Amino acid sequence: MRNPRRTQKIAFFLLFLATLFIVVPVGLIVIIIIQKGLPAVNWQFLSDVPRQGMRAGGIFPAIIGTVYLVTGAIIFALPIGVLAAIYLNEYAGDNFLTRIIKLAIVNLAGVPSVVYGLFGLALFVVFFRFGASIIAGSFTLGIMTLPIIITTSREALESVPYSFREVSRSLGASKWQTIRYIVLPNALSGILTGTILGLGRAAGETAPILFTVAAFYLPRLPHSVFEQTMALPYHLYVISTQVPNVDEKVRYGTALVLLALVLFMNLVAIVIRFKFRKKKKW
Amino acid sequence: MVAFSIRDLNIWFGAVHALSNLTMDIPAKEILSVIGPSNSGKTTFLRMLNRLNELNVNFRMSGAVDMGGKDIRKMETELVRKKVGMVFALPLPLPLSIFENVAYGVRIHGVKNRNKLEVSVERALRQAYLWEEVKDRLELSAFKLSGGQQQRLCIARTLAVEPEVILFDEPCSGLDPVSTAKVEEAMMKLKTDYTIVLVTNNVKQAARVGDKTAFFLSGKLVELDKTDTVFTVPRDKRTDDYIRGKFG
Repeated sequence: MRNPRRTQKIAFFLLFLATLFIVVPVGLIVIIIIQKGLPAVNWQFLSDVPRQGMRAGGIFPAIIGTVYLVTGAIIFALPIGVLAAIYLNEYAGDNFLTRIIKLAIVNLAGVPSVVYGLFGLALFVVFFRFGASIIAGSFTLGIMTLPIIITTSREALESVPYSFREVSRSLGASKWQTIRYIVLPNALSGILTGTILGLGRAAGETAPILFTVAAFYLPRLPHSVFEQTMALPYHLYVISTQVPNVDEKVRYGTALVLLALVLFMNLVAIVIRFKFRKKKKW
Repeated sequence: MVAFSIRDLNIWFGAVHALSNLTMDIPAKEILSVIGPSNSGKTTFLRMLNRLNELNVNFRMSGAVDMGGKDIRKMETELVRKKVGMVFALPLPLPLSIFENVAYGVRIHGVKNRNKLEVSVERALRQAYLWEEVKDRLELSAFKLSGGQQQRLCIARTLAVEPEVILFDEPCSGLDPVSTAKVEEAMMKLKTDYTIVLVTNNVKQAARVGDKTAFFLSGKLVELDKTDTVFTVPRDKRTDDYIRGKFG
């Protein structure tokens, strides 16, 4: 005899259990990192250069390096990604070629980050002769973020109702005027949120910067975009595996700072989305 | 005076033959009502007059539509749409303030001066009988207005770019009787200065406001005559059946 109420209870329990399996490890990771890392985080840790072979001092150059890399990636990837999304969504017809392009972009998002690292090494470091530098690293991170920016931007553009475009065109606006004054302003929040989330991911990646920019030990700030720099994810890798006898709290402190940076970027994305949603009128 | 002269017009969307062999004149400064069941081609006919059909990639046509003696297919698309405004079936304000909704088209056509914009907006809102209701809250979102007010806002937005012709595509289909009466009143006043083409599913509305009435069926024009004639002594039996509500 099947009892529908009991079946439902079992189903709810299983669904709840599955959710718990996701929440608990995430919560544990955050708690452990805060617990072990917080004692290390103080003003000197945030503002000083690494000392005694990275066993003491701070991680200031790594923080700044990551900020530089993320900023460079935005400057490079945001315009290209948004323009490509506008072209694909608003101008390109629906034919075999554009379908292949769209499929390729979706697939690019799934390419392992170490492959982007090798690609950046071949193209920017070697072919364009940038050497291992901030500019090569930024471009590599930017290229890695492009598929995410393009995909989320296209979703944001698509979410603007077709009727708005039709009204605008019926008033004699050109296609570009319609995009510029109606479609883009209403897609902006989605585009920005997608970009920030993509860059948040890029900020924490080690493999793409490994061959293209990251310095093992460079206890000063870079002077130009053609220099190497330290970066948080790589620094964490170095002090965890390459340097013996680093105090545990220094490692966890670095992890905590990286985590806080990424969470902060996600928080900015959430705030932007919330603000625009309040303004959204349809 | 003839506003539009249509010769041997055929329109296809992909394999669908939406309008066939249409030849007719649309008189200037009158209201032409267009009636017919769904899928009779009346909206396609309307959207031909400001070339809005061309937004559909599957659109194909043959024949010619002349406005003031010029083939509209040879004129600049944006200019045709400026001269031939359109009010849609549902109230479709843009996600902007009341003021910016009306000013949008004016800005698009190059006016930047704030005073000129204000003059245009006020005149258009008065023409659409909306000014008194919104003059104190022009900066409010257009979505705060009622459905009927939104539709009159859309009429004002169309008027603001100073068209010669206004196309109404079932403008009252989502409105209550009082709002419908207000929109019809606006149309009656507007016909002294504008050519109006009204597509409607409401046969009584066609009889109330139309100087002439056209009946479409399955993509063909069945009958076009003075509204009184169409509604009292139609020439075609199918017209008679439709206005009596026997089908459609």
